Amino acid sequence: MSAGSRLENANPTIFQRSGERLLTATEEDEDAHDPIDDREIFDILSINDPEHPLSLEDLNVVEQVRVKVDDAESSVGVEFTPTIPHCSMATLIGLSIKVKLLRSLPDRFKIDVQITPGSHASEEAVNKQLADKERVAAALENSSLLEVVNQCLTSRSI
Amino acid sequence: MAADSSLLLSLVEEYVSGLQDSKAKDTATGVKDGEFTVLQLVEALGLSLTSSQPHTRARGVQLLSEVLHECYGNLTEREVEVLIAFYENRLKDHYVITPSVLQGLRALTKCAALPPGSAVSMLRSLFQDVHVQSLMLAERSCVYSMLINLMETREAELKGLGADFVFGFVQSMDGERDPRNLLLAFQIAKSIIHRGYDLGKFTEELFEVTSCYFPIDFTPPSNDPHGITKEDLIEALRAVLSGTPKFAEFVLPLIIEKLDSDVQSAKLDSLQTLTSCVSQYEHKDLAEFLEGLWTSLRREVFQTSSERIECAGLAALTALTSCLSRSVLNSDSEDSLSTFLDLVLTDCKHHLCEPDLKLVWPSAKLLQAACSASSRASHIITAAVMPALVEQYSSRTQCSHRRTLLEVVLRFIQSVTSSQSSENEESMFLAFRQSLCDMVFSALSETNSSLQITATTTLTSLAQQTGLLLDADIELAVDHLTRLLLTEEDEKVSVAVVSCAGALAELHPTIFISKFIPRLKKEMFSEPMDQDNNREASEKHSHHAVRQQCLSALAAVSIRPSVVQESTPVLLEVLSSAHAGSVGFSVEEVVLACRSLQKIAEQVQDTEETGRCFHELIIPRLLSLALQAALQGEGSSGRRSPLVEEVVLSAVVSVIGTSCSRLQPKLAEQTAARAVSLFLDGDVSFLPDNSFPSHIQLLKQPQRESWSQLQMVCLLMGCVCSLPRSVAVPQIEQLLSQLEEMSCTCTHPLSYTSAAKCFAGLVNKQSQGDSLDSLIQRTMKRVCGELDSTSSPTRSQAFTLMIWVAKGLLLRYHPLSTALTDKLFSLLDDADLGSMAAEGFSLLMSDSADVLNRGCHADLRIMYRQRFFSENSAKLVQGFNAAPQEKKSNYLKALSNIVNKLPKQVQITELPALLNLLLEALSCPDQGVQLSTLSCLEPVLIDPPPALIQQLEALFSRLLALVSSPTMSVKITSLRCIHALSRLPTHEIFPFRARVLKALARPLDDKKRRVRSEAVLARGEWYLVGSPGGSCLYSHERTNENLEQH
Repeated sequence: MSAGSRLENANPTIFQRSGERLLTATEEDEDAHDPIDDREIFDILSINDPEHPLSLEDLNVVEQVRVKVDDAESSVGVEFTPTIPHCSMATLIGLSIKVKLLRSLPDRFKIDVQITPGSHASEEAVNKQLADKERVAAALENSSLLEVVNQCLTSRSI
Repeated sequence: MAADSSLLLSLVEEYVSGLQDSKAKDTATGVKDGEFTVLQLVEALGLSLTSSQPHTRARGVQLLSEVLHECYGNLTEREVEVLIAFYENRLKDHYVITPSVLQGLRALTKCAALPPGSAVSMLRSLFQDVHVQSLMLAERSCVYSMLINLMETREAELKGLGADFVFGFVQSMDGERDPRNLLLAFQIAKSIIHRGYDLGKFTEELFEVTSCYFPIDFTPPSNDPHGITKEDLIEALRAVLSGTPKFAEFVLPLIIEKLDSDVQSAKLDSLQTLTSCVSQYEHKDLAEFLEGLWTSLRREVFQTSSERIECAGLAALTALTSCLSRSVLNSDSEDSLSTFLDLVLTDCKHHLCEPDLKLVWPSAKLLQAACSASSRASHIITAAVMPALVEQYSSRTQCSHRRTLLEVVLRFIQSVTSSQSSENEESMFLAFRQSLCDMVFSALSETNSSLQITATTTLTSLAQQTGLLLDADIELAVDHLTRLLLTEEDEKVSVAVVSCAGALAELHPTIFISKFIPRLKKEMFSEPMDQDNNREASEKHSHHAVRQQCLSALAAVSIRPSVVQESTPVLLEVLSSAHAGSVGFSVEEVVLACRSLQKIAEQVQDTEETGRCFHELIIPRLLSLALQAALQGEGSSGRRSPLVEEVVLSAVVSVIGTSCSRLQPKLAEQTAARAVSLFLDGDVSFLPDNSFPSHIQLLKQPQRESWSQLQMVCLLMGCVCSLPRSVAVPQIEQLLSQLEEMSCTCTHPLSYTSAAKCFAGLVNKQSQGDSLDSLIQRTMKRVCGELDSTSSPTRSQAFTLMIWVAKGLLLRYHPLSTALTDKLFSLLDDADLGSMAAEGFSLLMSDSADVLNRGCHADLRIMYRQRFFSENSAKLVQGFNAAPQEKKSNYLKALSNIVNKLPKQVQITELPALLNLLLEALSCPDQGVQLSTLSCLEPVLIDPPPALIQQLEALFSRLLALVSSPTMSVKITSLRCIHALSRLPTHEIFPFRARVLKALARPLDDKKRRVRSEAVLARGEWYLVGSPGGSCLYSHERTNENLEQH
């Protein structure tokens, strides 16, 4: 059976990418302090979708408006929107986002990943799984699950 | 003779009974040397050939065949005839003999003395007595070689065999499986088709026996010694299948069938074969399959999964359409082209009008592919599609829809351009001129920037259609472009507008001269009315932006000489009013004006007329303005002319340099003479606005130190150093000695540096000989004298002159350059000049912008950098080891300056020798050294040499230390290096993973965003090192399983 027939959402709507962040003069300035902002977190999250050769940004799974960061308070909140309400990949996408943030942010941050309210059938269950530290840790002990997460996080340039 | 026959007998005996294979070679040598004849050999073989043991007979025939293989060239026709008769007869013998018989026959086919008729009889017996496919691989190959040999030399005879030959071949190759033999078989089939052998009633059989391999699916074994690739087989088979229109009725259904396949490579092969087929076909071959082919092609483009297949599909459609366009119309036959295009239009046109525009691109691509096939096709399609597109455009209100439609229109115009047979043909868009213009102009008036950009590109394409746009349209276009240029703030739009203006000006210069240039001039010279400073700063800024746009647009439109003659005076006027202070141009704007002049000098069509314009007008005017400014100095008014600023002067130097380097020889000579007489003799007669004092001495130090006059020497450099090498500079001796004097004694940095550069630029172009050598030696003596006396006040002047002369000589491989560069190496230990000397190496190795480069015709040998490096790297290492601790950093800096400029290939080969030094350089406290070492390591790390792998421990500890450097750029580059290291083989780097991850946690919280983002990238990759799923391909099935478990 070819891989194509098992896709849940074979022909998704593709959204325009927001383009590279423009370099500002302050960022070039050796002494200025650049706070961590929403866009920076959003750029970190250019993760591959497990079903498509497209990034989550292309599919509007992650949008910049749904990323909230408070550098001073050391907290990050991300809401993601599965492409279809019954997407079985929702947990995996959430887990990938969480792992990516854990690897990319300083220890001081509290990371909160949730499904955009009203966008998924089993929203609550998924949110609960993602918020449970021990379940996340246990999931990453599972080497085959870690493999899939790592595949989502592999940069496409290679 | 008797001795010979006994020798022969013993050779035969040893070969046949003794099974000594080497005796065949000895026998062949004997025959070749004339010791014995083939006849004698056959006689000697007599007993073995008639033996009752098949193996003995086989051995006998084998000896004969091997001898024939060596000496087929010496046989007479009579001998050949007898041998052929013998071999043909032996084909009927026991099967163990057949291989040797075939070898013998193959040798005979190569024979020039083949008697007439023998080719035919040989083949008849072969086809009759041998079943090729039950032979072994080598023997089958032997049969194919025989066929190839005979087809080369006996074509007429074989054609006499008629269709029997084809039938025989078809039977021989039926069922062949070995790729090597298949290549031979395809070659034969191709020759049969291309050389016009009679296929008779076996056309279908020949097709069947070859097409059963289509599409080729072959993966060579990894250790394949034969080097046959899938592509070789595909190409060979394609040549057969597409070779003749007689195959059309078989091959087209096959292609349609294979296009249904799920295998991507099969689709691709089918499409490419189709493209290749239809180039040979006529419309009647295609007629009955058009519908099926179209359905398949449409499906491939509409539901495409890969870009390659889409491209192949579109190419096939273009080929198909152009095949149909070639057909000659009869009065009674139907026009297959228009029938086919009707089909295409019915399926595609309505998608252009669907409300969601979802399939608009695939449909447009298909239509455009058909459009680009021939001019008739494009007439039919544009006539059908254009009105619909125009109507759609006007009925849509959303900018994104309009942009899509406009882009579709643009592609149509471009595809039609590619199909037009001659330039003079009337444009097929003539009927739609008005509506197309309306569309473009309305898009230009929109506020959406991407729509505007598309509109400018469309405008350019429309203008390139001969005779399409009227003068009135161009005038309107110019109005729109001017408006956008003056008001638009989006940089991308401005760039598009400027390039569109450039393209239009090349086609319609007069309108640009009469409308565009005057308008821009007016805008630039209007002062922003902020004399009282009560205007907003932002408006002042926008006025600057407008001027900037105007300046770059003036440069872009100046391609035709007639436009240049109008635009350059405007630019010169900017400079002169800036100098006079009548209009307030900022220094930056003056520099931009110079850049525009330089761009014009670069791009203008090289004619006598423009050369004269630069020679007569622009260069004298620039010199005159600069001189006026210099004489004025910081004089009376207290206001400095912008033309004495260093940035402006160096921009003027590039204008003069670029235009001088492009002057025709005669004008160049005159310009050189004028410049030299101005600087040496104070001859100002050729300058306009001549109100200069009569005793100007630009190269001599006047009583009162006046740097503004001295620095004029850089203009002299721009002029005399850029001339073609054939142009002789007058009074060269005097000029050089004054330049040397100035560069050694003057105290103004720009002036002495320019004098040194000018000196070096002239020396670089001097012809080889004693006078040059003595000049250099004289200068060297003076310079070294200055440098050796540590108390001399002009040491840095002497150093500057030395380094530039060294560069000038190094570029041309002059033997004396070594003395100067050695001096430079020795200066690395100098207390004052040490770090300057280290920086000097970067000057030696990099291209300089205004002098000693290819643009200004310098004598520049290729690979001088590599040569310098290989001659001197040992000296550097030696010097480093011998140097006192506090001087070591100079050596490291010098090394990184040199290595940085080397091509990557050289870096990689040289790196192992220098690795220790480079690692040392990483721990050197100088940030410049750190940075340049890191940037030369970074590319090497992508494909590191083995020597580096052994030093990983040292490398990691130094790189991880640099991650905490106080300097942003060092942090960024070291993080990039660490990122690159994550791609090394996992078993080498895994031991460092934990250390790297820990060290990279800190830069994640760096205060600089750029550092953080590099750290995020690097850390993400390092997490994947040795972790499951790290860099393998993604597999879908696995995911689903895992999730179920989860």
